[in-house]
Amino acid sequence: MTLTKKLWIGIIVLIVLSPLGLILPDHFKAGSAWGEWGREEIQKMTGYFPLGFQKLSELWKAPLPDYAFQGWEGKDLFSMSFAYIISAIVGIAIIAGVAFLIGKVLAKEDE
Amino acid sequence: MHIPDGYLSPETCGVFGAVMIPIWTAASKAVKKTLSVRQVPYLAIGAAFSFVIMMFNVPIPGGSTGHAVGGVLVAILLGPWAACIAVTVALVIQALLFGDGGITAIGANCFNMAFVLPFVGYYVYKLISSNSPSGSVRRVIAAGAGAYVGICVAALFAGIEFGFQPLLYHTANGQALYCPYGLNVAVPAMVLGHLMVFGWVEVIVTALVIKYLQKQNSVFFEGGRS
Repeated sequence: MTLTKKLWIGIIVLIVLSPLGLILPDHFKAGSAWGEWGREEIQKMTGYFPLGFQKLSELWKAPLPDYAFQGWEGKDLFSMSFAYIISAIVGIAIIAGVAFLIGKVLAKEDE
Repeated sequence: MHIPDGYLSPETCGVFGAVMIPIWTAASKAVKKTLSVRQVPYLAIGAAFSFVIMMFNVPIPGGSTGHAVGGVLVAILLGPWAACIAVTVALVIQALLFGDGGITAIGANCFNMAFVLPFVGYYVYKLISSNSPSGSVRRVIAAGAGAYVGICVAALFAGIEFGFQPLLYHTANGQALYCPYGLNVAVPAMVLGHLMVFGWVEVIVTALVIKYLQKQNSVFFEGGRS
């Protein structure tokens, strides 16, 4: 088996395991990453809502927000894990594709 | 470490976007010179790896979460400029598709995670590994040290970017316009979390893959040279 094939198998294993990144923080009652709070969280912590924040934070609506499907906020951990794996697959397909194309354009032929 | 939209002022975002343009240009030029056709699949795997490893949020019980970036590993294997491109691709797709990291903060996030992280990590690795044999334990240790320093310095930069916001941008009565926490809160929060917990995740992930690759094919380590 070639090394690239082995490494891709490694990536697939990581995709399958990725819901751990959802389940472990839930289990240990950990919140967001520092500085990645949403609107309500900021208001709760500081007592006000930064005025400049609003416009900027509403600029972009991601199609798969937080690696889940739109409107899935608050769904059970099992559904969220499913969405997480789908997000990982979609993300990797696009990212590997884009990186591969960039590499193809840039890489030198003389080997 | 993915700064969302709204935490950095448009001016700050503009500055980091402007800083990243020459870095991205230099990265494409450098990669054009050093990346061989046979390495292209590894660039794709590196970008995919960085993306998926960032999905593994590690909790501090009752506190915040964080994750590895994988950028130092890619820098060791393919060179820091290639790592810059691989992590940039991952960060841009994360922002656009998943809203992880802001659209306006792409410049700042790429500066921290696609530039500072792989470069600092790579040079720490180079310094420690020196010209030790490619299969040596010293290289694994050097990779771990590079991973740790790289992600912690990147976190420091993120903390500084957050922390300058309330100093520079606030209303007349002192309310912040963007990130509400200053340097005294943001820098320790970002740096300590990575020094204590998330940095070690980067170390483990990097060292394990390097150890595995040493067993598989030590020729791989030639890739990052020149």
